[in-house]
Amino acid sequence: MKRREGLSKLSGREPYVDDLPLDDFLWGATVRSPAPRGRIRDIRFPDGFDWSEFVIVDHRDIPGANCVFLMEEDQPALAPGYVRHVQEPVLLLAHPSRAEVRRAASTIEIEVDPEPAILDFRVPPESEQIQYGDANVIKRLEIVKGDVEQALAEAPIIVEGVYETGAQEHVYLENQGMIASLDGDVLVIQGSMQCPYYVVKALAPLLDRDEDGLRVIQTPTGGGFGGKEEYPSTIAAHAALLTLKAGRPVKIVYDRDEDMAATTKRHPSRIRHRTGVAEDGRLLAQEIEFTLDAGAYVTLSPVVLSRGIIHAAGPYSCDHVHILGRAMFTNRVPFGAFRGFGNPQGCFAIERHMDVIARRLGMSPVELRRVNLLRDGQTTATGQVIRDGTDRVAVMSRALGLSRYREKREAHAEYNAGHPFLRRGIGLSTFYHGAGFTGAGEVYLDSRVHVAGLPEGKIEVRTASTEMGQGMITIFTQLAADRLGLSAGEVIIAAPDTHRVPNSGPTVASRTAMIVGHLVEKACDDLRRQTGLVDSARGKVVSAAIAAWHREHEGEELIGEGRYEQPPGIEWDEETYRGDAYGTFAWAAHIAEVEVDLRTYAVRVLDYLAVQEVGRILNETLARGQIQGGVAQGIGWALLEEVVSRDGAMENTQLTNYIIPTSGDLPPIRVDFLENPYPYGAKGAKGIGELPLNGPPPAVANAVADALGDLLVEEPCAIPLTPERLMELLDADATDRRSA
Amino acid sequence: MSDLIDGRLEIRFTLNGEEVTAEIDLAERLLDLLRYRVDLPGTKEGCAEGECGACTVFLDGLPVDSCLVPALQVRGRRVDTIESLDPSRLDPFLRTGATQCGACTPGVVMTGVWVRDHPELLEKHTIRELMAGNLCRCTGYDGIVEGVEAALKDEEARRQSETRLPPSARE
Repeated sequence: MKRREGLSKLSGREPYVDDLPLDDFLWGATVRSPAPRGRIRDIRFPDGFDWSEFVIVDHRDIPGANCVFLMEEDQPALAPGYVRHVQEPVLLLAHPSRAEVRRAASTIEIEVDPEPAILDFRVPPESEQIQYGDANVIKRLEIVKGDVEQALAEAPIIVEGVYETGAQEHVYLENQGMIASLDGDVLVIQGSMQCPYYVVKALAPLLDRDEDGLRVIQTPTGGGFGGKEEYPSTIAAHAALLTLKAGRPVKIVYDRDEDMAATTKRHPSRIRHRTGVAEDGRLLAQEIEFTLDAGAYVTLSPVVLSRGIIHAAGPYSCDHVHILGRAMFTNRVPFGAFRGFGNPQGCFAIERHMDVIARRLGMSPVELRRVNLLRDGQTTATGQVIRDGTDRVAVMSRALGLSRYREKREAHAEYNAGHPFLRRGIGLSTFYHGAGFTGAGEVYLDSRVHVAGLPEGKIEVRTASTEMGQGMITIFTQLAADRLGLSAGEVIIAAPDTHRVPNSGPTVASRTAMIVGHLVEKACDDLRRQTGLVDSARGKVVSAAIAAWHREHEGEELIGEGRYEQPPGIEWDEETYRGDAYGTFAWAAHIAEVEVDLRTYAVRVLDYLAVQEVGRILNETLARGQIQGGVAQGIGWALLEEVVSRDGAMENTQLTNYIIPTSGDLPPIRVDFLENPYPYGAKGAKGIGELPLNGPPPAVANAVADALGDLLVEEPCAIPLTPERLMELLDADATDRRSA
Repeated sequence: MSDLIDGRLEIRFTLNGEEVTAEIDLAERLLDLLRYRVDLPGTKEGCAEGECGACTVFLDGLPVDSCLVPALQVRGRRVDTIESLDPSRLDPFLRTGATQCGACTPGVVMTGVWVRDHPELLEKHTIRELMAGNLCRCTGYDGIVEGVEAALKDEEARRQSETRLPPSARE
């Protein structure tokens, strides 16, 4: 099936939040902290504006608790006299003219009495910089398997490495935006978001309203990637506060500069590996210190850390593992959800480290992975027994074969010996991604889906899952149509509107097709049963039965429900971090081929191959698009995307100086699927959305290391591998000699 | 300029084939005129500095970033937006997966259609080069490049079938 809303998007008819017709409304704007930490001494409104024309809101206008509730109640909607990061919202303005409100917001001066800020999460804080607990540790988590100390003491070879990744900006092409308005007593929020019910939960205590008095409607969303998971709640809060004061609809749409400066990014990381290895390459002990920069508020950092450490040891068998994870408070703009959610950071570290180990042993990176990749019956770091029947070595072998890995290595050796200034290399990464919420998270979410039978015999799928480009509308249409034997035209996908759809959980964690999609199937089954039909009934029989039901129950609603049930045999201990972290994992092997120019230190990706086992593929075009898009975002992070920070906030807030890949920067991204159906996912699907972002950074960095060989005086252990960073890793004399 | 009244200017231009008159602010961008004053929100703002291409429109038949064009510059000229395209000819982009979230898509489609209608460009440039002015964060560009290729093929087939028709059947 072709993307269902595709033609609407291609023809420019899809109505995003800033495209909606709106009458008699005000444009909102946000005035933000100029300082990373301190008490607000004064707010000055300069002459030259008639301030009586503006609606002005500060923290005193908040009817309820001043926090944007998510995991903790620490983040204010508007700073109450004290700021903890640059760009922290302090004041809101609204005015009929967008140009005027933006001009006015930029002239208001906020004076802060500065206090000692901490801006580098890698440095232990001085006592006057401590602002969270007794050491600025927002969250500490630990995984213990076996006895690492003893195993390291006995290991014949110890390999150490420290790996760092920078922040990453989502660059969804549609900037964040929200409209708030009043419909009688109900406050209505419409906007670009991934999680409508998060907005309800955040706004109810802030506005001191019950949840029925809030209606949140997702508008078509121009990309999210995690960036529209938690931050939209803050914008919704701001728009709501302005609307309540103004008594008119208010629209807040960020421009690119504000969006990049003020909203969340991927957590920067520093990960230290100390690994005991046998001469034959077996991993004997893995000691991992995993540290994230959380920024100035908790946001989702504890769960990003959790997913990060659970995956940090890689898809390998090792009996002795100790992982210590910490998310550190800093006075930086809070970091948040981004596709991969902690795993890309850990994947870069372990997959780079595997190549470093291989080089130390004089072993091929392929052989080292072949020795250690998890076999069925072996356990992950948390002790989860993997027994899904997927042959992970075969996934890697397929990638090696399709990429002609061996022939290319030989060809590169010859090419590199003959070329004056170009060096080619090839790199591999093998990795995994657990789909759905971690541990018992899905049980707590208690997701529900409704499928309504409509009087004319059609059905309407009602979920809180949002379409942000990943294909939810198309996939749910396919699943419901297949389940009941209906045509796609007989399936309506309801817009996510919290007054119409049940809470089926957030659109995050690669859970939509696999988990919510499965609930769509169950809700279809329930609907069919309620009409009195047997489970095998399909097609016209079903629509006729729905229509007949309505003739007998005039004015009533016919609703089938699907409710989450945990698959059998899953056990997770949140206290000890032992057990089944995820219902299932998707597996992948990626191979990058690169060319490095020794004159400019620029890296070009010549070929990219992504092989993955993601359960049953529900829609080949959409699935391929997920992989290719994730790979492109990963290559961008690996080579180009550098967030430059000043006083803890992003400084290069333009697409001119924060560089994402263009079509000219990328090769065709080749995609190959192996399918091993997952019995508890929709039609056998596993999660797919986040997996592809994990593998590209290490595959590319491994290829760069392979290309440069002994021209390197240091292993490439940090991304992005910009030309500037690469230059510092190279032996300048040798490079000059070789390229002379 | 006699038609300048109180910092505003009345201009006439051709918009999607129709003569229109608009009173504009001298500082107004073509993008804002289209989106907020003549109800054509299909053209998107992505970066407001000519980097992302989401706001691409045709000015006298050439693709331009409408965020960089002062509205007054379109006086007496021809502007065509995404809304002017025939949706029935966009299927090649649909079947290859050229759109995901859709925010870059109107700009991508405008540039893609321009390449489709000027196949001679491919004598000197690749599709990847020609599409490099349109940033997309969802697709990794393969779906877009394949969409342009498919559109070129469809267009070629259409041309050939038209030339095979008897002269009386041609428009």
